[in-house]
Amino acid sequence: MAAYKSPAIRRYVIRLAVLMSFYVVALLTAVTLFKSGAVRGPLAWALAITPALPIIGVFWAVMRLLIEETDEFIKLLHVRQSLVATGFCLTVMTIWEFLQNFDLVPQGNGGFGAAFFWFMGLGVGALYNKVTLGTTGGNC
Amino acid sequence: MKNRLKVLRAERDWSQADLAERLAISRQSVNAIETGKYDPSLPLAFRIADLFEMPIEAIFLKDGK
Repeated sequence: MAAYKSPAIRRYVIRLAVLMSFYVVALLTAVTLFKSGAVRGPLAWALAITPALPIIGVFWAVMRLLIEETDEFIKLLHVRQSLVATGFCLTVMTIWEFLQNFDLVPQGNGGFGAAFFWFMGLGVGALYNKVTLGTTGGNC
Repeated sequence: MKNRLKVLRAERDWSQADLAERLAISRQSVNAIETGKYDPSLPLAFRIADLFEMPIEAIFLKDGK
């Protein structure tokens, strides 16, 4: 399938690239500084939150894509994909939390937080669109 | 909802990409409408009707007709 590249999708891809670049830099910086033990107090809190900001930015980029896409069918595909991702993420996290509540799995998430499962859910959503509507609609 | 989009397009010897370009939508949208997987909004249905210079009801048909 030829990927559909609307101006909205092009903007989304650029935003994603910028945010992911920022994420890599922020994460490496935070890990390095925390390992060195150089940060404490309020600065430590700010540094710990910094890698989360580009992830939150990706949520914003996806929402902007939903708003800016002018092709109504492609917009429908993106909305369905996002809803499936949200459902997938909530399902996985809910099951995981109950398994933790009853001490069947260890506490903590090993770095695989809600965002990870939401992004995985986008893939599931794309697959759902492909199976039910015959196309993923593009590169979201 | 059924439609005659594929027939009308074929009569003009347009590809799905040609029609998509004329309507300023994606080829995937044209394909989804033609195959009945997606019913267009009223504004898009009017644009399609304008392009083919036909009334909407001559292009889009109620199920069972």
